[in-house]
Amino acid sequence: MADEPVVETTGLEKSYGRVKVLAGVDLRVARGSVFALLGPNGAGKTTTVRILSTLVRPDAGRARVAGFDTVRDRREVRRRISLTGQYAALDEQQTGEENLRMMGRLYGLTRRRARERAGELLERFDLAGAARRRAGTYSGGMRRRLDIAAGLVGDPEVVLLDEPTTGLDPRSRQTMWELVADLAAAGTTVLLTTQYLEEADRLAGRIALLDAGRVVADGTAADLKRRVAGRRLDLTLADAAAYGRTAELLGGRAVHRQPDRLLLGVPTDGSASHVRSLLEEIDPERDAVARFTVHEATLDDVFLALTGRAAASADRREPAGA
Amino acid sequence: MPDLTAPRAAAPGSPARVLTHSLVMAARCTRLSARNTDALLTSLILPVMLMLVFVYFFGGAIDTGTRYVTYIVPGVLVLCAGYGAAATAVGVAGDMAEGVVDCFRSLDVGGTSLMAGHVAASAARNAAATGVVLAVALAIGFRPEAGPAGWAAAAGVLAAYVLALSWLSAAVGLLAKSTEAASGFTFLVLFLPYPSSAFVLVDTMPGWLHGFAGNQPVTPVIESLRGLLLGQPVGGALWQALAWCAGILTVSVAASGMLFRRRTA
Repeated sequence: MADEPVVETTGLEKSYGRVKVLAGVDLRVARGSVFALLGPNGAGKTTTVRILSTLVRPDAGRARVAGFDTVRDRREVRRRISLTGQYAALDEQQTGEENLRMMGRLYGLTRRRARERAGELLERFDLAGAARRRAGTYSGGMRRRLDIAAGLVGDPEVVLLDEPTTGLDPRSRQTMWELVADLAAAGTTVLLTTQYLEEADRLAGRIALLDAGRVVADGTAADLKRRVAGRRLDLTLADAAAYGRTAELLGGRAVHRQPDRLLLGVPTDGSASHVRSLLEEIDPERDAVARFTVHEATLDDVFLALTGRAAASADRREPAGA
Repeated sequence: MPDLTAPRAAAPGSPARVLTHSLVMAARCTRLSARNTDALLTSLILPVMLMLVFVYFFGGAIDTGTRYVTYIVPGVLVLCAGYGAAATAVGVAGDMAEGVVDCFRSLDVGGTSLMAGHVAASAARNAAATGVVLAVALAIGFRPEAGPAGWAAAAGVLAAYVLALSWLSAAVGLLAKSTEAASGFTFLVLFLPYPSSAFVLVDTMPGWLHGFAGNQPVTPVIESLRGLLLGQPVGGALWQALAWCAGILTVSVAASGMLFRRRTA
């Protein structure tokens, strides 16, 4: 039982019109783990999550969640999952408490149990003070927490979170991260999507990198980071000639190029010894490199390292509150 | 940490669950309607204003052979019901445009329960609006002659009309791409009583309109209401009205089921 993946997909394909959104997605998520689907906009993250939550049927392939097929046994799947989408889903004109009681009743709780459950969840998500306010008056972070709370009325085995921190301010993002960690600590399997490598790294035991409807890499955060070296050494070259020479020397190792700013980036683990040896190797005469900086690897770097090209529509913002 | 486990409810998809879902949706939609103050006030005030305009501005020039206020009230009730029911399209379109439908679907709430909730809210809105219209009508001289049976039958016809038109509106709401598009339907329904016997005798209209005005669904509903409220024989109009309502309801329920599946596929 413990070895059986709680979410498993094989060869998921989905097209909308002529656009192939998923081109064969295989995933295995272990029970009780936190799994991140990482990728830029349009990679197919939301579609994958919608298939897992039975809202969309795949054109080909199959998905099993909590032991049930998402098409054939969709009712059984729905009893065992919750989905929180990117967009606030509850009624703005109902209070937080009314929304949660409604969800409890729809789940099948008795009136009394639904009221108790709403109270527990409001307390747990730090919304008790706002319980009687209409959800439309909540801040972005409160709305997101209410949405997630609504998904938990039925104590799901698998919680699906589609971009849980997109659009949140740093503090709310932090709260959300703690919340995901709490869920995982309570034994719930969490599958989340994100555009931020750092978020996936921080929260998830395993990460699948999705690109143009395919899983291009799958592993622990450490595995992925090993492949992109985790950090990036950005070199500002002294002049165009130095840039040209160095770019030629580095070839494919340069994961980042910005000729107009004479900037080249190479993967590094960030240690002083590695940075020193890189500088020695690249600039033995000590005249080509004017300045350098070391960054956390971004989603762009992961993409470049793993797909050999830039993430076309990736959101380039660094996650705040890191 | 509080107890995080919740008991699992039994038998997903059973008729009892569908009923519970429908009742919960009805409570939700009614609450949302009651809080949508602007729309609610409009649906209460507009029919009354129209009635006053017709009775006091146009009434003197229109000869229907009876006191005009007495002639017009059934028409205003139907217009009011149509307007209130058509607002269902806006509510449904609003839900479809939001993530809330995904939320409901992931709890296995079917399209029928969602539509039933909106229709129930429409019925509640209409009951309030009808009450207001009747109260004002009585105040300005409407004197119905109906006995208890007549009132009950009139309420029944009106309820059937509201039910049919609300469900039709729900289907339109599923078809509409936006709430703005859905609200266009409200005007169509608001206009429907004009080419009927609601405000003037059909005979006074141009000949080419007689066919439509005499046979469109609103006319037998109005004729039934008028007959029942004034204690006059209603003849075949009652059965025609009920047949229209049953027909519209059947088609709308089937269509909305299909449209919901298509929209959420």
